[in-house]
Amino acid sequence: MMKKNNVKFMQGNEACVAGAIAAGMKFYAGYPITPSTEIAEVSAQLLPKVGGKFIQMEDEIAGMAAAIGGSLAGLKSMTATSGPGFSLKQENIGYAAIAEIPCVIVDVQRGGPSTGLPTAPSQGDIMQAKWGTHGDHPVIALSPSSVRETFDLTVRCFNLAEKYRTPVMLMLDEVVGHMREKIVIPDASEIEVIDRIKPEPGDSNYQPYKVKEGQIVPAMAAYGDGFRFHVTGLIHDESGFPSNSHEVADKLMTRLMKKVEDNLDDIIAFEENHIEDAEVVVLSYGGTARSAKSAMKKAREMGLKVGMFRPITIWPFPEKRVAEIAKNVKAIIVAEMNYGQLVLEVERVVKNAAPIYHVGKINGEVITPDEILAKIKEVL
Amino acid sequence: MSSQLINQYYRAEKLPHIWCPGCGHGIITRAVSQAIHNMGLDKDKVCIVSGIGCSSRAPGYMDFNTLHTTHGRALAFATGVKMARPELEVIVISGDGDAAAIGGNHLIHAARRNINITTIVFNNNIYGMTGGQYSPTTPTGDLATTAPFGNIDKSFDIANLAAAAGATYAARATAYHVPQLTKYIENGIKNKGFSLVEAISVCPTYYGRKNKKGTVVDQMNWLKDAAVDVKAAQKLTPEQMEGKFLIGEFKNVTEPEYTQEYQKILDRFKKER
Repeated sequence: MMKKNNVKFMQGNEACVAGAIAAGMKFYAGYPITPSTEIAEVSAQLLPKVGGKFIQMEDEIAGMAAAIGGSLAGLKSMTATSGPGFSLKQENIGYAAIAEIPCVIVDVQRGGPSTGLPTAPSQGDIMQAKWGTHGDHPVIALSPSSVRETFDLTVRCFNLAEKYRTPVMLMLDEVVGHMREKIVIPDASEIEVIDRIKPEPGDSNYQPYKVKEGQIVPAMAAYGDGFRFHVTGLIHDESGFPSNSHEVADKLMTRLMKKVEDNLDDIIAFEENHIEDAEVVVLSYGGTARSAKSAMKKAREMGLKVGMFRPITIWPFPEKRVAEIAKNVKAIIVAEMNYGQLVLEVERVVKNAAPIYHVGKINGEVITPDEILAKIKEVL
Repeated sequence: MSSQLINQYYRAEKLPHIWCPGCGHGIITRAVSQAIHNMGLDKDKVCIVSGIGCSSRAPGYMDFNTLHTTHGRALAFATGVKMARPELEVIVISGDGDAAAIGGNHLIHAARRNINITTIVFNNNIYGMTGGQYSPTTPTGDLATTAPFGNIDKSFDIANLAAAAGATYAARATAYHVPQLTKYIENGIKNKGFSLVEAISVCPTYYGRKNKKGTVVDQMNWLKDAAVDVKAAQKLTPEQMEGKFLIGEFKNVTEPEYTQEYQKILDRFKKER
């Protein structure tokens, strides 16, 4: 049932906070940066009203660190940023990955590198989301295309973070972050909220990094719950203490990679349109997918057999499905606001099954439907 | 007494520690646990956070809620822990490089907020873990592997840096002046606000050896002779203070504490919830 007061006119950034609070966010630590600042502002406004806490830290690095600290003390935590800040947060994102601390990092992408184009959209951080921090590590990153989807995916980011005990990234772009559109906020009863598994109170055998039979990740105690455990960014064994053993390193690293790799069906989400008879498929995501959809509609009106594939989960990339689609099409066009990033992943997955074309843009302007349509006509 | 502290407050199975023979860090770590013991704190309600470096390995040996973070960021992580659970007694163990170089920004801002965290800086005047490079507290003119011709940097006074930035408690003692050090740590924990206790350590392996400071005993004797209590120093002339350094309590005031101030905001909305 659609209640009247659930209908809002909202910005993507505002919907992100609404989703976070619906998912149980109780702590936000961040630093102001365009075009993500509204996420901090709205969090500061709303969190105290739900018993949550907000802090504006001294820099981006501290925002990431404090979010991890808050999560370790038992609160669902989030931080938000944009390009330059995303770069600064990378080391501690790696810390959250190896120490398995659930938290959500929002990156509202703007033109880069460096200070770049602070108020203009981009999708130039997509590879950074995967490779930004050093070393191998599991990565989950989602990218919404609408205000309502920003709400839904923020909830999903928290759920995935809690379920897989890993930092999860919401890759917004300035288009979706600042766009206002109608949104119907779902009732709390319609929203699935997942909480981290906790050890049994008083479990004297608790090992903070031991995965129990039938569980995906180790149960996570909070500081102050009486377990007095140790957390480190060093390679550690099941007890949580550092180890130089190659065997321990191999076991931990493999488990970290596998917890995502073995659950791809649960994590990966995508949207398909007119794939069945498509001769050309446009692969696009985030704000750009809106132009891609429009281009597809125009092409269909002209009688061209064009379909669209939109990865909602960017990392892990929906490679199985994309490889399948590639077998039945004449061409794939990847449209994204960068010089060619996710297209590399498409090329890796598709290999020689279909020719791949790129429609990119790096000047801070959105890719228009006509630009995508022109490429469709060119390749068909 | 030491073995009793080990039994009660250490993860004895994690010992021996990684520190070099003669290192002052063990003495300072003991003083931290002695202060906790003297105050009768509940181990489950103490959270010790550290960054990276020799000092930052201490929490791994200590039987509390412990968090070994990234280089320089201990205070930022600790701020998150303290905000989420203000009832925890949060203690940060850091070094001179960790606290005053890479973590300098977090140090001054934690102090400015007057958040109830007690920071103990194990100051050995050198980067020990990486093999003896000059730190923000290496005295001008001294040698380090990255200052082969003498250090031209000026050094930081960490305790007074924190005091100037807004810490409501700031003190300094040494690995030689253990009863004072223990007392200052206790006073720091008691202070409802940001406290910093600088503990001058000795590093015989790098700082001491590079600068021909003699044996560990010579270095401990130097701490004994060169440290002058801040009150006693008032009666000394600048000439008499030549080559000396100050220890003692530099600041001890009461000001609004950060998490309590945030709690007031939360209380405003209590009725609505």
